[in-house]
Amino acid sequence: MLEGRHLIEPMDFTNEELDGIFELADSIIEDEKSYMDKCRGKILASLFYEPSTRTRFSFEAAMYRLGGQVIGFSEPSSSSVSKGESIADTIKTVSCYADIAVMRHPKEGAPKVASMYSDIPVINAGDGGHQHPTQTLTDLLTIRRTKGEIGNITIGCCGDLKFGRTVHSLIKALSRYENVKFVLISPSELKIPDYIKREVLEKNGIEYVEAEKLEENMGSLDILYMTRVQKERFFNEEDYIRLKDSYILTPDKMEYAKKDMMVLHPLPRVNEISPEIDSDPRALYFKQAKYGMYVRMALIAKLLGVC
Amino acid sequence: MTVSINSIKKGIVIDHIKAGHGIKVYNYLGLDKVDFTVALIKNAPSNKQNKKDIIKIENAMNIDFTVLGLIDPTMTINIIENESIKEKIKLSIPKKVEDVIKCKNPRCVTSVEKNIPHIFLLFDEEKLEYRCQYCDEVYTFSEV
Ligand SMILES: [Zn+2]
Repeated sequence: MLEGRHLIEPMDFTNEELDGIFELADSIIEDEKSYMDKCRGKILASLFYEPSTRTRFSFEAAMYRLGGQVIGFSEPSSSSVSKGESIADTIKTVSCYADIAVMRHPKEGAPKVASMYSDIPVINAGDGGHQHPTQTLTDLLTIRRTKGEIGNITIGCCGDLKFGRTVHSLIKALSRYENVKFVLISPSELKIPDYIKREVLEKNGIEYVEAEKLEENMGSLDILYMTRVQKERFFNEEDYIRLKDSYILTPDKMEYAKKDMMVLHPLPRVNEISPEIDSDPRALYFKQAKYGMYVRMALIAKLLGVC
Repeated sequence: MTVSINSIKKGIVIDHIKAGHGIKVYNYLGLDKVDFTVALIKNAPSNKQNKKDIIKIENAMNIDFTVLGLIDPTMTINIIENESIKEKIKLSIPKKVEDVIKCKNPRCVTSVEKNIPHIFLLFDEEKLEYRCQYCDEVYTFSEV
């Protein structure tokens, strides 16, 4: 039962509970109309302490599509936060007005604090560089709907693997599925943190390789998960010049890929995927964004206990 | 001349403290502020450890053993009454540490939110690693 629960980090839910969310998302996608009144009379509090239009729209659209309503703020300067109110007090007050809350906060652990003082379910919509569990649900739903299952895949994660919280969460979540292999492609300065290798990959006996070049590893991948690499993350100009092109996905690199490989990206992209790829049937990132809204509809409905 | 520290009538002897950690234990227990007899013995010879620290407290003092388990779970605590050991207390590594240490991660919510408990959960028993329950930053107790 997910009713009344919080989602602070992806591992808060078991695989069976995630399956329940994905199955509900599937049936919403199949027949959206029959869900349009499920949250009638319910209110979602959207507490965005830092701007993130994309994630906020995704949640708010999800609530509206379920027939519910939304209150909240999209930047702290317009809220009681600017008066110095604590997170604990904010969520206690919000609990009086709303039925469920979603929080984006620049500080790591802020939604966890909210959940400790809240009478209503709290969903973490991103806390600093720490967690972004609904992005992970989005990624898993996209893989599940496209491949038919989440296990039995080789997934390449490419880009900034050091600071990329979406990749960290995804690796953690995928570590619980059968036969998942990782190819971790990044500049040496932006390699995956040691604790992920130690605690997640090695502890669970998961096969992985680390690499620098994308095209050399392309052929083995069932999924390519792209993330941004910013120029300022490099320690020196030379390395940037040497490697910058290897992290831009172009049609010639797609030549090496399997016919049914999936390209995923949490969006927004800057220049790491060339727009020419968008029309390739393997490019799934916009579809992924759409699935993100459906999976949030399913999540909200489950936490409110209406489905 | 020898200092008379060998026998105490009533009190606590904390033995087998890893050499060098004695002062840490001393500070944690606030022994610099008490007005009864306290002896901190450094680098005493030890069969097991080669060298060890010992603290003798001539008073029935209430000690938070959780904190001691955190500093060094191998030390032993002897409760002394009438010059003999009345009780030996085995320390264990606490699973949860509340309001003993603070998270140093500047991105952690504990750096801005007041009045919340600072909670660390044991995550690697062998390495004595604890993780901030809010931001997941890892601490080994030896560095705290
Ligand atoms: Zn912390």
